[in-house]
Amino acid sequence: MSVSSVYPALEELLPRVSKPVQYIGSELGATVKEWDSTTVRWALMYPDAYEVGLPNQGVMILYEILNEIPDVLAERTYSVWPDLEELMREHGVPQFTVDAHRPVGAFDLLGVSFATELGYTNLLTALDLAGIPLHAEDRDDSHPLVIAGGHAAFNPEPIADFVDAAVLGDGEEAVIELTAIVRDHKHEGREALLERFAATGNVYVPRFYEAGYDQETGRLAGTTPNRAAAPEQVSKRTTMDLDQWPYPRKPLVPLAESVHERMSVEIFRGCTRGCRFCQAGMITRPVRERSLQGIGEMVDNGLKHSGFEEVGLLSLSSADHSEIGDLAKQLADRYEGTNTGLSLPSTRVDAFNIDLANELTRNGRRSGLTFAPEGGSERIRKVINKTVSEEDLIRTVSAAYAQGWRQVKLYFMCGLPTETDEDVLQIAEMARNVIRAGREAAGRKDIRCTISIGGFVPKPHTPFQWAAQCDPDIVDARLKKLRTEVNADRSLGRSIGMRYHDGKPSLIEGLLSRGDRRVGAVIEAVWREGGRFDGWHEYFSYERWMRCGDEALRPHGVDVAFFTTRERAEDEVLPWDHLDSGLDKQWLWDDWCDALDEQEQDDCRWTPCFDCGVCPSMGTEIEMGPTGRTLLPITPV
Amino acid sequence: MADDRPNPSAPTACKLWLRYAKRGKLRFASHRDIARLFERAVRKAELPIAYSQGFSPHPKLSWIGAAPTGTASEAEYVEIGLTESVEPDSIAERLGSALPGDVAVLQVVTAGEGALADRMLASRWRITVPVPDDASLEDAVAALLDAEEVIVPRRTKSGLKDIDVRHACVSIKVEPVSESFPQVSGHVAKQPPGEGVPKAPGYGILEVVVRQMTPTVRPDDVLRALHVVTGHEWFGGPAKASRIAQGPLDDAGQLVDPLVGDRMSST
Ligand code: SF4
Repeated sequence: MSVSSVYPALEELLPRVSKPVQYIGSELGATVKEWDSTTVRWALMYPDAYEVGLPNQGVMILYEILNEIPDVLAERTYSVWPDLEELMREHGVPQFTVDAHRPVGAFDLLGVSFATELGYTNLLTALDLAGIPLHAEDRDDSHPLVIAGGHAAFNPEPIADFVDAAVLGDGEEAVIELTAIVRDHKHEGREALLERFAATGNVYVPRFYEAGYDQETGRLAGTTPNRAAAPEQVSKRTTMDLDQWPYPRKPLVPLAESVHERMSVEIFRGCTRGCRFCQAGMITRPVRERSLQGIGEMVDNGLKHSGFEEVGLLSLSSADHSEIGDLAKQLADRYEGTNTGLSLPSTRVDAFNIDLANELTRNGRRSGLTFAPEGGSERIRKVINKTVSEEDLIRTVSAAYAQGWRQVKLYFMCGLPTETDEDVLQIAEMARNVIRAGREAAGRKDIRCTISIGGFVPKPHTPFQWAAQCDPDIVDARLKKLRTEVNADRSLGRSIGMRYHDGKPSLIEGLLSRGDRRVGAVIEAVWREGGRFDGWHEYFSYERWMRCGDEALRPHGVDVAFFTTRERAEDEVLPWDHLDSGLDKQWLWDDWCDALDEQEQDDCRWTPCFDCGVCPSMGTEIEMGPTGRTLLPITPV
Repeated sequence: MADDRPNPSAPTACKLWLRYAKRGKLRFASHRDIARLFERAVRKAELPIAYSQGFSPHPKLSWIGAAPTGTASEAEYVEIGLTESVEPDSIAERLGSALPGDVAVLQVVTAGEGALADRMLASRWRITVPVPDDASLEDAVAALLDAEEVIVPRRTKSGLKDIDVRHACVSIKVEPVSESFPQVSGHVAKQPPGEGVPKAPGYGILEVVVRQMTPTVRPDDVLRALHVVTGHEWFGGPAKASRIAQGPLDDAGQLVDPLVGDRMSST
């Protein structure tokens, strides 16, 4: 059965919506294949607006890997804004892909990548617009298999009703494996396919598991398989040897403006710094570095293919690559005098980080540097395992100002476990010291420091998974006090900018992060009342989430606080206990106790393995240099 | 660094004028989108493009009155500054292969006398208009042409501004109403609108020569002017339009190719 483009119908609607260019696709690097010449067809979704979703590396990588397989077709779809959604409903236009504008409902698989839980309501919009029943149990063989991936898939319980499966961990090999299963066993039907997925051991099929609850306490009693194909524990996948996976080879270049006007090269994956709040660092262990040669080739090919002017060297903490100094120097040499910009999103608080930034901006502008102390006081920094002393910070920042940087951004979190007003107010003191030292170092007064503060959200598979989330009222009150404190000294305060969001969206993110299956009804109720684009403050409604939360959870004898501001006990069964990130639950608990004792933990890249559990249970090991190899010369064209 | 890489700090040695088309889905690209597209294509094609001086140097591309978002065009123009003189033909080819298929480089010439913008005194637009059964596009156009002036409000950066559409219209030709789904130049509609889309009874096509004024009168303004003179709701809707030509007007009010007389190099 061939599938035709919905574009002629969509085209009639586009003149009436804002920024129509985001719906037309036509990106450089996009692939359009003949429907009938392929046997397995994936729609890949990033459940946010195109400008945010298009640059997403995960989707870009899987899109390319899948399209490289001759009989496989992969297209992309993004969330449509409410103005287009309304017109699509009115005119019967379904959720479409941007590549060939095919209806999403016609694909075999719909893979949805969740970087944040605030995309859940957008998933429901897309399913509904695609004509796919919201509940997995209502779907039949004519509907795509809906697969969740990305970091949020490490606790997909809140969306268990809506997805057919979730893939844990790195997606490169997983999509190839799922594709093979669908190719060979399509005819067996949906249920059989899902059983085969589950049997891989890396794919979680929620409806093959029963969740039981303790009637008295409302706590989860356990999540257990209800059939033989489903393993007790579903484990994550880990892609080893990144040099074998040089994707994206052809980075997608959008016509529309996107949040990142540059191409990205992932220089390593994983992080063992051990910041206790950081889910990404915990679930992506161990560290796997790409070699300098591999990076050099990707940068060269990517620039040639895309025409981009800037390259971002991505990872969770890019300055930590074992050969980052050589890499920065060699890339800077290679692109000297070409108007090619290099950027390194690193927030490490040390002098080396400034050296790197200096190298990468050799002939460019030195506008701003960012450091992330994350906590205002030395005490709280020990709790979160972000070890940096105030003197180090001041020394580092002074050096930056002395070397011509005019603007320094400092990242912090508010609402951390054990935090008091005092911990947060010390942010002001730190910022003032930064300005004092900076004015002296720079010999001028027009330097600036911006403090940027995010609300802390406890995440699954981290030592803080047991922590009570801070009440948004307390977060807001602390930030208000902090603002007063910053402004108290006029002469220093005017050089200090402060950016923060109120604590309410964080609480909802917390509900969705650590929720169990009962939270699904909340998501659905919010969506039915019009909830969309919850990551955008102009759409987010705290009032609606709280009201729907209380109504939908009441029949179960729990409430929003049960999932958010309540501290969990050591023996409590967590909704993600059957999903294995490799981290040993006992190690996580010990690390949580260490946090409360203000004990720090080293990095296993430079000190002996501290037995977090990942490597032995996943059969992986640290892959890092130095290899001593250098960038290959670029081939003249 | 490869030796044959263009040196971006060198001064402009050669200026080219380039005519291009934006077609199909690309009609929804804004001018900024098109500008970004060209900047990348120029780098990808490794043209010896000149860069502006200063903190954030950008490639020397000067745009001449871009067609509004949502309209297609066969007659867009840009001036390109290069650091060395290059055969215009080779530019057309190199740039063309670095641009998406829906943006076609049609003509490249060495820049002539004066500013190219000064030659762009009018545009010819082909506008597809949905026409209900009980209305006559011919009558509507006659009413517009008969009027002394037809004022349409337009949102500009400095608020609402009245523009006289009648004054801007040099000529309007009506092509007969067709029953079939319309084609905007370059975009071949393979099938009628999908189910659920209200079936338009028919379409008419206008060819309008619009004088360049400030603010520029756009195809939508022409439709709104038709709405003003007839009161018919249907002229208010979004139109499909394509710019066919841009250039000076001769004494008879006809559009002339702006690059005629400059060193030709059609592709
Ligand atoms: S198991 Fe050991 S080496 Fe592997 S990530 Fe954990 S601490 Fe590091």
